[in-house]
Amino acid sequence: MKVLVPVKRVIDYNVKVRVKADNTGVDLANVKMSMNPFDEIAVEEAIRLKEAGKAEEIVAVSIGVKQAQETLRTALAMGADRAILIEAADDVGTDIEPLAVAKLLKAVIDEEQPGLVLCGKQAIDNDMNATGQMLAALLGWSQATFASKLEIEDGSAKVTREVDGGLQVIKVKMPAIVSVDLRLNEPRYASLPNIMKAKKKPLDTKTPADYGVDVSPRLAVLKVEEPPARKAGVKVGSVAELVEKLKNEAGVI
Amino acid sequence: MHFGLTEEQEMIVSTVRSFVENEIYPHENEVERTGEVPLAVAEAIKAKTLELGFYACNFPEEVGGAGLSHLEFALVERELGRGSMALTHFFGRPQNILMACKGEQRERYLLPAVRGERMDALAMTEPDAGSDVRGMKTFARRDGGDWVINGTKHFISGADHADFVIVFVATGEDQTPKAPKKRITCFLVDRGTPGFTIRHGYNSVSHRGYKNMILEFDDCRLPDAQVLGEVDGGFDVMNEWLYATRITVATMSVGRARRVFDHALSYSAERKQFGQQIGKFQGISFQLADMITEIDAADWLTLASAWRLDQGLPANREIASAKLYASEMLARITDAAIQIHGGMGLMDDLPLARFWRDARVERIWDGTSEIQRHIISREMLRPLGA
Repeated sequence: MKVLVPVKRVIDYNVKVRVKADNTGVDLANVKMSMNPFDEIAVEEAIRLKEAGKAEEIVAVSIGVKQAQETLRTALAMGADRAILIEAADDVGTDIEPLAVAKLLKAVIDEEQPGLVLCGKQAIDNDMNATGQMLAALLGWSQATFASKLEIEDGSAKVTREVDGGLQVIKVKMPAIVSVDLRLNEPRYASLPNIMKAKKKPLDTKTPADYGVDVSPRLAVLKVEEPPARKAGVKVGSVAELVEKLKNEAGVI
Repeated sequence: MHFGLTEEQEMIVSTVRSFVENEIYPHENEVERTGEVPLAVAEAIKAKTLELGFYACNFPEEVGGAGLSHLEFALVERELGRGSMALTHFFGRPQNILMACKGEQRERYLLPAVRGERMDALAMTEPDAGSDVRGMKTFARRDGGDWVINGTKHFISGADHADFVIVFVATGEDQTPKAPKKRITCFLVDRGTPGFTIRHGYNSVSHRGYKNMILEFDDCRLPDAQVLGEVDGGFDVMNEWLYATRITVATMSVGRARRVFDHALSYSAERKQFGQQIGKFQGISFQLADMITEIDAADWLTLASAWRLDQGLPANREIASAKLYASEMLARITDAAIQIHGGMGLMDDLPLARFWRDARVERIWDGTSEIQRHIISREMLRPLGA
């Protein structure tokens, strides 16, 4: 089975994000960029499937600026076999919208015919949480989102999903889209031999035009603002006061 | 001229950095408090380093290492320098002088060291022979076909975990017009050899948990097979293989300085006094500007000296400059970081006092600042006949 893993280049999760002075977006100048942490978990899961003999080949795909090549090299250094970069923007500030990404991924999947797509549940930059679901709809494949456990069986996948009320176990028919959550695994470090080998692994560069997909934005960003600063908490003197405040000030009970 | 790293080098840096942040930082407080590295932690760090193929990455591929260039190895050590030395010791980097092993020494010392099966330590310093290496009193005399060693070494880092020690010992004396000059031979000595004892040294203000040990040789008998390099050729192996290792202190000082600087920078942006962030006061902001300038300067000086080694260019003076400047820079940076933090900088709740204490030894070991200045000036003046 071939596993396809889409990976996105995002602001590193350790970076304190700053909004640009003109409120048009987030300041990306001189900011450390890394692979979206959920995508790293997806890459790790694909490698584990390969190590368990359940997958033969891992293909990593990234859609964005040409610097996303570094993100793909990281996936290759972790253990992916080859990579496809779709250069869809010149400006690092351009974000390709989920629907366009899903359409491009569908085109790649039509060519590659993977048995499984493992993707992060969302990217930590815009937190859209949409691409996996849209891709499943476009392909007409089964989908299992927010996976915290994945077991591949004959022609199906048993997925434990992290839902609001707890854990839900579902069985989906393959081929399928599985979007992964934080607790699925702990991604490995790239080993030194794999870092050295990563450069020799194939990395194809394409453009949206190669797949006939229009990536022009459908959404307009009007304004980006810092979230309001959290107000300091208050100390309550007694349980009675706490209950009173929860009832009358917070209105939650 | 090209100052960028390759994609592989960038990945080496980010991998080692996250390793240090995730596998080293969480254990630092315990090591600092107890002065010990728990065995299980040491074993885990070693096992992970081996698994990732970073163990002995300073060794060439033909003996099982990763074959990193001097520059790449300097990048690895720079990132390791961010973490506690007591812990990063287990991110094994055996002494590359082991490349001088010949014949069956390779099977007994070199290859097991690269595989992480046997750990080494290097012993040169003695109570009466610090900067004056040739003044060493530990002496090996011929007895039958063997060598019999007597004497004491001290300040031997890592010997508590060593399975064998690489020891420099006097094996004779030549008369010269100025004064008698000792001949030195390098020996490989296994832990447990009769007449050889490893015991605890002193409590140091720097690098708690990274212990300095005392080695005692009391009629310790060794066959010729334990000689590393040639008899009386100790200075030759030293010069061939220990030349590059002085870069280690420079790289680690740069890595640690960046970690310290990150504390100082974020504190300057958060801490408020007199109604504003202290970073808005010129007294602090100019301090930060000077700090980062010095760190960058030390970083480039160090990487440039490693690059010279890779190019096969003479690098003795450059390495000495890097060691001198980076270790002295670290002292200034750690001191300034504490000043920026005020009283809180001295408390155990923050790691700054530890960095400040740790920094002190960097100007002393692996050749004091004075010895480095001697090397630098000698390299320039000798050709002029001075």
